Amino acid sequence: MTPMLREPVDAQHDIAEHRMLDRVWQGSRGVIGWLSVTTHQQIGKRYIVTAFLFLLLGGIEALLMRLQLATPDNTFLDPARYNQIFTLHGTTMMFLFAVPVMEGMGVYLVPLMVGTRNVAFPRLNAFGYWMYLAGGLFLYGAALTNTISDAGWFAYPPLSGPRFSVGKGVDVWAQMITFTEVSALCVAVELIVTILRMRAPGMSLNRMPLFCWAMLVQSCMIIFAMPAVMVASTVFLLNDRTIGTHFVNPAEGGDPLLYQHIFWFFGHPEVYIIFIPTLGMVSSILETHSRREVFGYPAIVLSMVGNGFIAFGLWVHHMFATGLPQIGEAYFTAASMMIAVTSGIQIFCWLATLWTGRLQMTAAMHFVFGFIFIFVMGGMTGVMLASIPLDLQVHDTFFLVAHFHYVLIGGALFPLFGGFHYWFPKFTGHMIDERLGKTAFWILFSGFNLTFFPMHLVGLLGMPRRVYTYPADLGWARDNFLATAGAFAILLGGVIFIANVFKSVKNDAAAESDPWEAGTVEWAAASPPANYNFINLPIVSSRTPLWTESKDRGVVVGLRNDRREVLVTTLLDAAPRHRYELPGSSIWPFITALGLTIGLVGSVTYFSGYYVASVLGMIGLIGWFWPTQPLEKKP
Amino acid sequence: MRVVVVSVFTTTALLAQQSALDPAGANATAIRDLGAFFLGLLGLIFLMVIVLALIPLTGRHHGIEQEPLARTHRPSERTESKLGTAVGFATAITIVILIGLVIVSVSVGKSAIGTLDRTHSLVIEITGNQWWWYIRYPNDNASLIVVTANELHIPIGRPVMIRGTSNDVIHSFWVPNLQGKRDLIPSRVTTEWFQADRPGRFRGQCAEFCGLQHAHMGLWVVAEPPDQFEKWMAHQREAAVPPSDRVKQRGQEVFLGAACVLCHAIQGTSAAAQMGPDLTHFGSRSTIAAGTLPNNKGNLAGWIADPQNVKPGTHMATVPIKAEDIQPLIEYLESLQ
Repeated sequence: MTPMLREPVDAQHDIAEHRMLDRVWQGSRGVIGWLSVTTHQQIGKRYIVTAFLFLLLGGIEALLMRLQLATPDNTFLDPARYNQIFTLHGTTMMFLFAVPVMEGMGVYLVPLMVGTRNVAFPRLNAFGYWMYLAGGLFLYGAALTNTISDAGWFAYPPLSGPRFSVGKGVDVWAQMITFTEVSALCVAVELIVTILRMRAPGMSLNRMPLFCWAMLVQSCMIIFAMPAVMVASTVFLLNDRTIGTHFVNPAEGGDPLLYQHIFWFFGHPEVYIIFIPTLGMVSSILETHSRREVFGYPAIVLSMVGNGFIAFGLWVHHMFATGLPQIGEAYFTAASMMIAVTSGIQIFCWLATLWTGRLQMTAAMHFVFGFIFIFVMGGMTGVMLASIPLDLQVHDTFFLVAHFHYVLIGGALFPLFGGFHYWFPKFTGHMIDERLGKTAFWILFSGFNLTFFPMHLVGLLGMPRRVYTYPADLGWARDNFLATAGAFAILLGGVIFIANVFKSVKNDAAAESDPWEAGTVEWAAASPPANYNFINLPIVSSRTPLWTESKDRGVVVGLRNDRREVLVTTLLDAAPRHRYELPGSSIWPFITALGLTIGLVGSVTYFSGYYVASVLGMIGLIGWFWPTQPLEKKP
Repeated sequence: MRVVVVSVFTTTALLAQQSALDPAGANATAIRDLGAFFLGLLGLIFLMVIVLALIPLTGRHHGIEQEPLARTHRPSERTESKLGTAVGFATAITIVILIGLVIVSVSVGKSAIGTLDRTHSLVIEITGNQWWWYIRYPNDNASLIVVTANELHIPIGRPVMIRGTSNDVIHSFWVPNLQGKRDLIPSRVTTEWFQADRPGRFRGQCAEFCGLQHAHMGLWVVAEPPDQFEKWMAHQREAAVPPSDRVKQRGQEVFLGAACVLCHAIQGTSAAAQMGPDLTHFGSRSTIAAGTLPNNKGNLAGWIADPQNVKPGTHMATVPIKAEDIQPLIEYLESLQ
């Protein structure tokens, strides 16, 4: 039976429907129940909370580094500790915060935005989260035993090889990558399928919210980029270290530059994997708070897709100093500058939206303006870095440190904070305190610029990055001191932000389902949404259904409410195709992840872990794929 | 605009010995000017974007043609098409500017970092080591080869070609006053060209993270007039001066009798190992431990007595030397002018 589309139902019916759905979508209680959760809201929240905890750790590491560099010839940290801390900082921020937090936002918001009940593969989703958590715990668990890589987050061989990095630190680092990449690939696959096949009827691709487009582009990028880093970190580096393969060991005919090519073939797209989702967040916030549809929807979509492609063609600009032939490098200069065109189009479209919008300057909008300021400046220094002669001077100096913090904090963290303020009522059912939010913004914004702007100058004055100390007579002391002072301002801003979250969650006032009077479908669900998101799946006939259609818009009926059933629609037009039953709560993803964790940890510590892992993993997968009996025998 | 930017650059970088803003040769000057040009142009664009973003926040702004609506509004077709033209125009300008920047960048790159005159350039071979620089002036005539460490002399007005490689991990040779950086990669040879146009002492530093003491892998480049340079070369080719008195004689005995000879060479003695810096003319160099400390007797004594205290993690061994032997050893090493 294909579902029918019809006018909404009366309130009495709604309550009965709600009871039924609630029973079907509710998981069991207790520890086992908690480990068995497969609903996307719960898993999305777990991703976001875990990622913010890692942001806190990465931030503390940054403060320790800034304390060490506050004055010349400082001895607060010894060189070994400093090198470990900057390795942890980069690794944490890239692999354990930035990518997972974007995945978390996607896992939480995409099903709501496309108007369905869960992601396409709920158990894979749970498995992905457990892998991410295990990878993070592995890295920091090893850190507690002082097993920490000090070869940098990029781990260039031969420095990271068995001869120059003894001990297990680099092995732990390389294997942690495997965990987070498995997790990222899981989310990418399920978001692509959710976005392409589970949109609400009528939500053709050209009516899809820009955030979903952003997550679609990002997920496709993950599928192409993440295998590359696994080749670099696991196949090359870890095998060289553990079983002597010599892929990248120059002493045995391996090539250290091969590692760099493969690593940056991942590493550059990684920046866009972090940053493209925030383009979607900015678009959502701008649309709602300027009270008009974002200008240039097709242009923004195409430029995001363009970003996704171009991002794979400019990895060599991380390697200009390795002495590749100039003619080839010139191609990468052009490619690196080309990405400024697509990014420029997005900025121009947002400016056009601002110019014709009626702006409400909420805390979220403050973060959007902060994003424009910081990110555009980072983009400008990015164009400078695309120029080979300029890059050869500023590469691996503090100028570069300034540049990529402008791009990553400006391009990812500020919009993420904006998005967090914007969707906070949806996440928690409470409004976030606007006044505290704006205070946090101004402190973060000024603290950020105080920290990172002086780094441009000190880099041009010749200070290389990744040095644990510097002499007093080279004129670097003032700017370093300013940067350290700014870092503490950022800390203050962060504390206010966290305090605001706790204060607002305790606030009694419940948020309405659509407190900003926004236009997209996620605001039709309750705040916070029920486990099943919508009593009846919405039907959509425009880009901003809540703006352009009456309250009595059509909904989907005919889906069974006695099992976890969703609607599968066509790829382009989102025409209803068939009903599909999603699996319920399951402990098996956790058990499978546990088995894989023991195996991956075992591969770098005790090889016998493999045996435990294969048995546990096999049990996990058998349980996972055990055929379930149909609920009813009757037709 | 460009002039202003350049002048700001120059004043902040006054007397900087390790700065990309205070070039001492045509290569670094071309890069500095290119940077100032980029900065001026891009800075202007940045300001324009920020102004355009802030104007909608001013009280007097009413949008291009804003029609109020209760909950949401849709600007008229005319407004939207005006905006479309504006965005299209801005994109076209962006493309034109970026193409221009690519052309400028590539052409400056060709002259600033490309091959200079190979025929009468000076070739210097540099090998990166954790955490010091091996420096060799090659010559077809073996007796004219010069080997030194951590301090490079070059003649002004003559192109220099650096042929670099590494003995262990990847390092990067970088003397910002003269040229951008070039990685030194084990199993490969990379090249770099530059020329100093004025005499001076310029500091360089390893720019690719190379382990524990990456921060203390400095070097000095001494650019001097050709005649002075030739004199320096001639002196470097000579064997070490023999000890001139009993104390230094004793110092040499201590050196040759201790583990020092397992790593270091002093031409004219039996010490010929190449693991550590060549010490034949150690006394003529301005720093010890690769730019870590000024070269004087006190620092040298501290360095030899406890290298790990000066440069934690250094591969320089702590060689046990009797207290009464330290002074003669220092006297001897410092006499190796």
